[in-house]
Amino acid sequence: MLLRPAFDEGCVVFATTNRELAVRDGVDGVHLLPDANRDEPMRALASMIASARLMRRVRPHVVVTTGALPGLFCLIFGRLLGARTIWIDSIAASDRPSLSGALARPFATRWYTQWEHLQSPGRDYEGALL
Amino acid sequence: MILVTVGTQLPFDRFVKIMDHLAPTLDEEVFAQTGRGHYQPVHMRSQQVIGPIEFERLIQQCSRIISHAGIGTIVMAQKHRKPLILFPRLGALDEHRNDHQLATVRALRGRPGIHCACNEAELEALVAAHLPTPEPVSDLPERDRLRRAVAGFIGEQHRLFDAKDSRLV
Repeated sequence: MLLRPAFDEGCVVFATTNRELAVRDGVDGVHLLPDANRDEPMRALASMIASARLMRRVRPHVVVTTGALPGLFCLIFGRLLGARTIWIDSIAASDRPSLSGALARPFATRWYTQWEHLQSPGRDYEGALL
Repeated sequence: MILVTVGTQLPFDRFVKIMDHLAPTLDEEVFAQTGRGHYQPVHMRSQQVIGPIEFERLIQQCSRIISHAGIGTIVMAQKHRKPLILFPRLGALDEHRNDHQLATVRALRGRPGIHCACNEAELEALVAAHLPTPEPVSDLPERDRLRRAVAGFIGEQHRLFDAKDSRLV
């Protein structure tokens, strides 16, 4: 939500794992995805299928995500369907890139770290949300 | 009211237990969001999970926040200008998948309004200390920079897609 001013409100759709977050921040028509992490394979599978369906339905031109797992799925399926993609690695990844971020690398048109000391070729630093 | 929170993802009984022992020594009521831990606090009111809307209301009401080093709480504390004490989860104690919360604390230590405690003694000293309200943050140049980078990229892509569409027509 801290990125929201970067989006043109007329042509953005949001996806989240918690509907109440969208209500709190006044976002209408949000898409819901099952939350998952790598310790729960069945939930991860459900999240992956829901992400693939969502990308096929919405057909975004651009996918922007800060992860983690459901965001990674959307980024990968979005890219495979022709979207340009931005991965913003979590600000919690301050000592090394996150695992989901590393997996996102090959599918990310732009890959941003939020820590200047972690920037390297292909891992750009362009500021941080916090 | 002092708000204690462990986030929604994982339990953090070691921290909840320390705070439960410290709660009677504090001059304010303590309310704890404890996640799915096993330890049941006796000296502070607690609730396992709190929805985002109610959580933000509690943040607004509280005098300070004592929290695991989770980004969600850090963003909320900054938004509502509340003093924040961070107590990181440790990977070695299976409190998280790795030690990234320790890295978060190291990276954010010294920022306005953020105080870090890495062990029980440091936490005990900090919860008893007077912590001033952080100054309002009028501008965040690094946040604006990332927003500009993202907006610029999206604008570029829209122009490309528009050009492609008009070629097709």
